Amino acid sequence: MRNILTVAGKELRSYFHSPIAYLVMAVYAVLCGFFFYSFTATYVVQTFRMQAMGGAGMPNMTINDYVIRPLFEGVLAIVLLLLIPMITMRLYAEEKRSGTIELLLTSPLTDLQIILGKFLGAFLLFGTMIVITFGFISTLFIYGNPFAKPLIAQAVGLILFGGALLALGMWISTFTKNQIIAAVVSFAAFLLFYVLNWVTAYSNGAVSRVLAYMSLTTHFSTFAKGVVDLKDLVYYLSVIVLGIFLTARSVEALKGRV
Amino acid sequence: MIEVENLTKRYGPTLAVSDVSFQVQKGEILGFLGPNGAGKTTTMRIITGFLSASAGRVRVAGFDVAEAPMEAKKRLGYLPENPPVYTDMTVAEYLAFVGRIKGVPRGELKKRIGEVSEKCAIADVQQRQIGRLSKGYRQRVGLAQALIHNPDVLILDEPTSGLDPKQIIETRELIKGLAGQHTVILSTHILPEVSKTCQRVVVINKGTVVAVGAPDELTARLQGYGTVLVTVEGPAPEIMGKLQTVRGVNLVEPLEAAGARVTLEVHTEKNYDVRAELARAVVESGWGLFELKTSGMSLEDIFLKLTTRDLSEEAAAQAELPAASGEAVN
Repeated sequence: MRNILTVAGKELRSYFHSPIAYLVMAVYAVLCGFFFYSFTATYVVQTFRMQAMGGAGMPNMTINDYVIRPLFEGVLAIVLLLLIPMITMRLYAEEKRSGTIELLLTSPLTDLQIILGKFLGAFLLFGTMIVITFGFISTLFIYGNPFAKPLIAQAVGLILFGGALLALGMWISTFTKNQIIAAVVSFAAFLLFYVLNWVTAYSNGAVSRVLAYMSLTTHFSTFAKGVVDLKDLVYYLSVIVLGIFLTARSVEALKGRV
Repeated sequence: MIEVENLTKRYGPTLAVSDVSFQVQKGEILGFLGPNGAGKTTTMRIITGFLSASAGRVRVAGFDVAEAPMEAKKRLGYLPENPPVYTDMTVAEYLAFVGRIKGVPRGELKKRIGEVSEKCAIADVQQRQIGRLSKGYRQRVGLAQALIHNPDVLILDEPTSGLDPKQIIETRELIKGLAGQHTVILSTHILPEVSKTCQRVVVINKGTVVAVGAPDELTARLQGYGTVLVTVEGPAPEIMGKLQTVRGVNLVEPLEAAGARVTLEVHTEKNYDVRAELARAVVESGWGLFELKTSGMSLEDIFLKLTTRDLSEEAAAQAELPAASGEAVN
């Protein structure tokens, strides 16, 4: 356990020693902020218009439905697809490039300790991004009256979604010494998983439904609605475990061939 | 302390390391010699647990590196050819990190960092980012990380590469000082260093062990003949004829001629000193004797001889040398 924390600490320190951490957080804050502003502004204007028209026959527009949920579903899912590869790209690629992987693998650390340590470090950086998100959302409470309960589900969904992407990104980073390749391949893979969802637009057979189920983003929708469904929980946790398992196998292969 | 048994490593069809066996006693410094691509680094990587072997076994302090990796690695310190440093960390941060993952108890960490930094002469750059250090300093940081947990066994791959002559001497002294307390395997291209620091040597070529033994043993074994260089003033053919008659002389070969003087290489029986008789022969014949010296086989010569022989020579040599593996079982 102590080893896992040591490795996680090293990863975090490395992140903040380079411009990457700050860049990722800044880009995230800007994008998130821009969309948050747009959604909130639209909401404000539309509710005013509705009130002016007497509010008859119009659906009940809650802040949750019109600001928070679109923010999670639309922005976060997509923005994270781009930014998480930037976090995971260095996890193994940089160690391989600089030769420090030799230090880690010849020290009395199990492969799993190293993997979990790196995952934890990356996850904590991701955690700062979540904090930024909730920073924005908390302002809604000052000026409006959104429901608080759905936010819990949305937070859980975000954490799991990010975790799944982090695990897969870490796995992809074990294949190359080049961080850019790791980032690009991760992004491509995430995008592919995202559009698996679209299959249902033109096909309704058994295969297409399986593919749609496999998409990383379909499961996020239920969380975004404010519901914690067991099957989605299991899905994301399985992907996280899969990512870690695949990373372990990849590291073993590394030791067999280098 | 270190037992390497029938180690083999295959990369697809290529055999990088083939049936390598040797042992290192506790407290010994073993030199690991071989040309580039011979399999030295691969062997070291298998010993330290970085790579897994295709066949064979390695035991460190009694622990099999493949079966009890945690125990083995706790007792191993490793400096690869390129020091595995995190360039974005400061020296102090880095040593603290390595100390922690190597299992140095929290309370002792600071003390150990101080001790090891003193020993490796990096005490004055503790707060500097490793990326900003010169190669020489980085090399010393690498050595420091190998020592920080006071391991029983040290595996050093070219530890003096990149150092200036003064630093090389200091590092050499440092390594020599480690003998007894630590067991060391030292791989190097710098042959004079080997005779100065190592008690025994393993020579490896194309993935197999070619010779094992103390440096002087190898010199004695491999020198098929003694060599004496003599510079004489006089008629070359007659001198050569005369020297040929001296007892113990096998062959006389001309090396170079400068005016009336000629330098000859005299091959003699092994371990037979013909110098006095040669001198007498030259002087009694009335020729001028200008230089007379023995010229033995340097470690370079041994190295080259061992690593560039062709197959027919190898077969003959096998008959001549006592079996390398027999030598290895101490």
